[in-house]
Amino acid sequence: MSIAEAGITAIFGYVVVFAGLLILMAVISGMGAYFKSKEKVPEKSAKSVQQETNKIPKLVKVNKPVAKGSAGHIKLYDVPDKEAAMIMAIVADTMQKPINELHFISIKEVK
Amino acid sequence: MDILETLKTLVADSGFASFFVDEGYKNLIMILISFLLLYLGIVKKFEPLLLVGIAFGCLLVNVSNFFSGGVSSPDALYHPELWDAFLNHDSEFYHSYGNIMANGGLLDILYIGVKSGLYPSLIFLGVGAMTDFGPLLSNPKSLLLGAAAQMGVFLAFFGAVCLGFTGKEAASIGIIGGADGPTAIFLTTRLAPHLLGPIAIAAYSYMALIPMIQPFFMNLLTTEKERKVVMEQSRTVSKTEKIIFPILVAVFVILLLPSTAPLIGCLMLGNLWKECGVTERLSDTVQNALMNIVTVFLGISVGATTVASRFLTLETLKIVCLGLIAFCFSTIGGLLVGKIMYKLSGGKINPLIGSAGVSAVPMAARVSQIEGQKANPKNFLLMHAMGPNVAGVIGSAIAAGFLLAVFK
Repeated sequence: MSIAEAGITAIFGYVVVFAGLLILMAVISGMGAYFKSKEKVPEKSAKSVQQETNKIPKLVKVNKPVAKGSAGHIKLYDVPDKEAAMIMAIVADTMQKPINELHFISIKEVK
Repeated sequence: MDILETLKTLVADSGFASFFVDEGYKNLIMILISFLLLYLGIVKKFEPLLLVGIAFGCLLVNVSNFFSGGVSSPDALYHPELWDAFLNHDSEFYHSYGNIMANGGLLDILYIGVKSGLYPSLIFLGVGAMTDFGPLLSNPKSLLLGAAAQMGVFLAFFGAVCLGFTGKEAASIGIIGGADGPTAIFLTTRLAPHLLGPIAIAAYSYMALIPMIQPFFMNLLTTEKERKVVMEQSRTVSKTEKIIFPILVAVFVILLLPSTAPLIGCLMLGNLWKECGVTERLSDTVQNALMNIVTVFLGISVGATTVASRFLTLETLKIVCLGLIAFCFSTIGGLLVGKIMYKLSGGKINPLIGSAGVSAVPMAARVSQIEGQKANPKNFLLMHAMGPNVAGVIGSAIAAGFLLAVFK
């Protein structure tokens, strides 16, 4: 294979990879847009929301027993659950310790 | 019984007697290299699951070459001459697995799984079952970063041709830049099986070295301001989307490049088992038991191809250098497109996630996370980087499919 042929093959190959993934991106974006539109729930009036809220029995605060294998409860200050889970996973990974052997007391966002 | 004669025969038959006969010293060098690889795998933890197996395969095959008769000895574990006959159109044993089964050693028989493309495909089945494509689905633009990070594949391919390799050999060397071990093994066994040993070792070694290779380019090509960008949380992807995705990708990519069918087909089947929710047993098996079994066979049989006479050549040195170039340029490609996306998005995309487009999952995404946090402790790029990371797996499979379509 000559160097010129290799150059053309390399450029063409890179273009094919880009084109393939570009089309795939368009397909996935289309699929995502469809599902997003389906997820949209029609907005309810404030009154009906209030009525539905009244129907829900009020939660009674119960001190749930700690799950088996868990290291206890954690207090979260201005940190969503998902972010807290990610932080705990990163800490466990960095320390090379199983997550159930670590006891997190609280996570607070430093502002 | 003449004790002296018996001792003489034992010494003459032992492998030690062959150390300095003919090219015995080459096997000795390979044994030392296998020790180095074992050290890297066990002590330095460089991709230990595969590297330890590869190193031990390398040790076994080169120790067995000290038997009287060398690689042709019936006691040898791996016989390259049988595989030469297997690939030779003029040989009576062309594509004869029967000849391998009848005359091969243990590692010859295990190597059939590599040669037939079975092991890399089964590894992809496990990879699919372990991969969450959610981050990619929530941000489909990640696919562009996965595509951009294939730049090293094609640059190394071009470089290899310039250095005198044939097109098939160059394609196998270039795919190292995809940072995807099974894909590199799959393509090399089809196009240039004689280069499998050095290519597999280079690919896995560089994948292990990602935390050392990538940060230099990440800091070189991005500004402090760009590295500090905190990306917004992506949308939540529904279960239905996750189930449709593997079916859609399998149909689309296989129709686009039929040669990718074994890899993409297995990757997406594994992912479908994971996501559909009714095949948990199968998903669990391919993620753990099957993956481990195949890793055992793959490592040891790839190591078996590192026969001294074929490995200790100038070509190996060139492959190692080209592999490094491929890795570096793949990282650069991802970062450059990341920078373009940063500009086009008005500064909403952190270009550091571009380097995760090389498909070493999840190592490359972790490097993006670490470097992002160095610039801004509030930065959590891990899930954003997982998008380009898994896109890189699809991208490298497409790159391999293209090269296979051109050179097969």
